[in-house]
Amino acid sequence: MKRDEIRETTLKTLGEVAPEIDPAQAPSGAMLREELGLDSMDYLELLTQLHEETGVEIPEGDYDRVRSIDEIVDYLVEHASEA
Amino acid sequence: MDFGTVVEWRVEPGDTVERGDIVCEVETQKGNIDVEIWESGTVEEIAVPVGERVPVGQTLMRLTTEGEAGEEEPAGAEDLTGAGEPVEPVVEEAPSAEEESADREPVVDEESGEEEPVAQQEEGLERQGGRGRGSPAARKRAAELGLNLEDIAGSGPDGAVLLEDVERADVDRGESVEEAPEMHPPKRRVSPVAQRMLARHGLEGAAIEGSGEHGAVRRADVEAFLDRREADEEQGDGEAKRAGLREAIGEAMARSKREIPHYYLEETIEMSRTLDWLGDYNEERSIAQRLLLVVPLLKAVAVAAGRFPEMNGFFRDGGFEPAEAVHVGVAVSMPGGGVVAPAIHAVDQKSCAEIMTELRDLVGRVRRGKLRSSEMTDPTITVTSLGDQGVEKVYGVIYPPQVALVGFGRVTERPWAQEGMVGVQPVVTATLAADHRVSDGIAGSRFLAEIRRILRETEEL
Repeated sequence: MKRDEIRETTLKTLGEVAPEIDPAQAPSGAMLREELGLDSMDYLELLTQLHEETGVEIPEGDYDRVRSIDEIVDYLVEHASEA
Repeated sequence: MDFGTVVEWRVEPGDTVERGDIVCEVETQKGNIDVEIWESGTVEEIAVPVGERVPVGQTLMRLTTEGEAGEEEPAGAEDLTGAGEPVEPVVEEAPSAEEESADREPVVDEESGEEEPVAQQEEGLERQGGRGRGSPAARKRAAELGLNLEDIAGSGPDGAVLLEDVERADVDRGESVEEAPEMHPPKRRVSPVAQRMLARHGLEGAAIEGSGEHGAVRRADVEAFLDRREADEEQGDGEAKRAGLREAIGEAMARSKREIPHYYLEETIEMSRTLDWLGDYNEERSIAQRLLLVVPLLKAVAVAAGRFPEMNGFFRDGGFEPAEAVHVGVAVSMPGGGVVAPAIHAVDQKSCAEIMTELRDLVGRVRRGKLRSSEMTDPTITVTSLGDQGVEKVYGVIYPPQVALVGFGRVTERPWAQEGMVGVQPVVTATLAADHRVSDGIAGSRFLAEIRRILRETEEL
């Protein structure tokens, strides 16, 4: 998957998990938990669905590397080739 | 609350139903409720058609229960009221599904409008906050009949338009215009599958455009109509639902603070062993199987509650009724504000994996407004967990008629002295709000200590 596709998938998934957030309007550097208000269940749901979409499984130890939309996209791009 | 209106049947005569299936949706002044059936069997008769407003105690449907086929089935048929109590198509105070399953019918009742915990009032809160608003069922029916909701006088809270108002407006119009559309629907072609779907959803009179030959209505047309309707309802209801929810929370909490003599205890629990246990558990599993920290917290409270009957049950009619099962109400925030605490059943008997699966499902349905009647009425104790974005301590307000609420704050690192040494450890503060009419500080203290022990020893998680 290319970066653009991964970004699009991430935004679409975020919109599904947290319908109250408009992914197109959300600053892509914003912290998902602290700033966009995702709770732990939303966050887990987001990563679970992204795993289904991209094949990349983010281990719990890496959660602090995937805190914003940008960070998630970077992480997925980096690991998508391995998946 | 004296009346309710069936807005949708999800079964028809001849259908086989399993205990727990949702058989119909009932509109009440307190919101729309999915009504569950409490016995398995075959649907004999639908006694109340869609749109009919019926009083409390009315039989909704008749069921032939398994092993009784062909007989006049007593359990399913009798009034659907259980023990002959007043019944109404509104959420009832079922203490536990287990206890009463044998006699329960797909009717929901309540003894008094004040007796229910907040959680009961939440689902699909179609209670309307603003003028000129209507319930989803009312809006849908008005659209079908080509009526403008704004022109209809509402009899619901704050003038909300209910289904019965729409039906009345239609009858009034029918009298003057001579022809009510639903009485003489225009002839049209409908595929057999689409016809069944229409009947199932009570949409026989609906204005659905057909895309088949000669404008025939096909399955896809009905599906598209249902999708559109759902989308419309979700969009339009948000604001009114929130207003209604806030009001419902306010009523229940005011009653709690007025009637329940709360006492509060707190205990700081060192969590390193619990977090190690959780980390090990999650590391071995794929992301879809991982647990959130709240899951072992729920399990620990439930196991402890099973050993402290005075924390687990209901205070009703001047006395305490301990519950036989531990159904934990989990406080879940609603999108846009408000909180509900629907039950996960028999949590003490379930594995953490099962609890997580049910929690995922429950949170998803809270967000979509799809709770079941039993989930709203069953909790025997409530847990509120603020999660890792919250503050350190939460002092809860008990949901009447329950008698205890356990709160967990954020896990945070603190200096911690142990065996003469000070180190930095993760800790969480557990609080208990309990009803002094039922228990006292000694029992509450033992209960919190038991929760601490279960969390730290981890064997029972």
